[in-house]
Amino acid sequence: MSDARPDSEDILGIAAGWLAAGETVALATVVETWGSSPRPAGSRLAVTQSGRLAGSVSGGCIEGAVADVAKQTMASGTPQLLDFGISDERAWEVGLACGGKLKVFVEKLG
Amino acid sequence: MTPAFLDRLLAARGAKRPVAVLTRLPDGAQLLHPDDTLPEPLAAEAAAALRDDAARNVTLGAETWFIHPHNPPLRLIVVGAVHIAQALVPMALPLGFAVTVVDPRRAFATEERMGDRVTISTDWPDEAMTALAPDARTAVVTLTHDPKLDDPALEVALRSPAFYIGSLGSRRTHAKRVARLTEAGLTEAEIARIQAPVGLDIGAVTAPEIAVSILAQIVSSRRGGPKKKAPAAERHEASA
Repeated sequence: MSDARPDSEDILGIAAGWLAAGETVALATVVETWGSSPRPAGSRLAVTQSGRLAGSVSGGCIEGAVADVAKQTMASGTPQLLDFGISDERAWEVGLACGGKLKVFVEKLG
Repeated sequence: MTPAFLDRLLAARGAKRPVAVLTRLPDGAQLLHPDDTLPEPLAAEAAAALRDDAARNVTLGAETWFIHPHNPPLRLIVVGAVHIAQALVPMALPLGFAVTVVDPRRAFATEERMGDRVTISTDWPDEAMTALAPDARTAVVTLTHDPKLDDPALEVALRSPAFYIGSLGSRRTHAKRVARLTEAGLTEAEIARIQAPVGLDIGAVTAPEIAVSILAQIVSSRRGGPKKKAPAAERHEASA
């Protein structure tokens, strides 16, 4: 319990710590939501090339897909803007069970 | 986010300075408010995002900017390093509060009792509270039951913009407190800001349960209360 982070919502702080420890890190941020998306704009998911995850951008529906894109972004350095829950669900293999829609911005950190 | 930009953001956070990150979508160009010079609509939107503590999108001509406020942590000031404080403090940390415990009784106000992730002040509560200067992102809870300690803290808190002020004690204890604070010159409106008996009424008995009820009330104050009545609550109200 005493090892818990002072603020478990401080994903940027966690990500910066990983970066300082030599990890390659990408940051995914919810930038816009519509309908019943579970996490508000500004919610973050940090991902490392080694597979560590902190935070969330949904209720768990799209974290896997975002982590895959994050690995591409870590390799290329090019940010990406992702749409989830759009009506054409073929665009992504995952949809949102809640029926919400959101946009997620993925960038390499540092 | 470039290494240089990340360093600037982390430095501002380290200095507990409110800043907003502006990201142009989708190319990811970034600016920091208020440090960078921004076109006027963006600066005003960034200031509003900080004030509301909520991210927003702004369209400026053909450009879309995502504005992400980074306010310093909320603060919780606990007066009284008592048993309930020992339960309250570790629960407040994951809610995002930077916690300060004020208690001039050095036997209580120890790191062993309160943990090493809080700031401890053994100054007299009025001096400690004046130095801490509660702002609109600060909650204050008094837990000592002792008028000599609680009242001076409340006198400072009630004249501050703190978003929440709660005070432990029964209705009878609180009635006496109201009389003392009135005598001390506080107005009825100022005194009415005190949440007492402290916490949401969930029938809490143990110290951790009381801590949950206090923190639930603090969250409710911060987030503007219930958004929608639950069906169960409506039924309860209808039958009442």
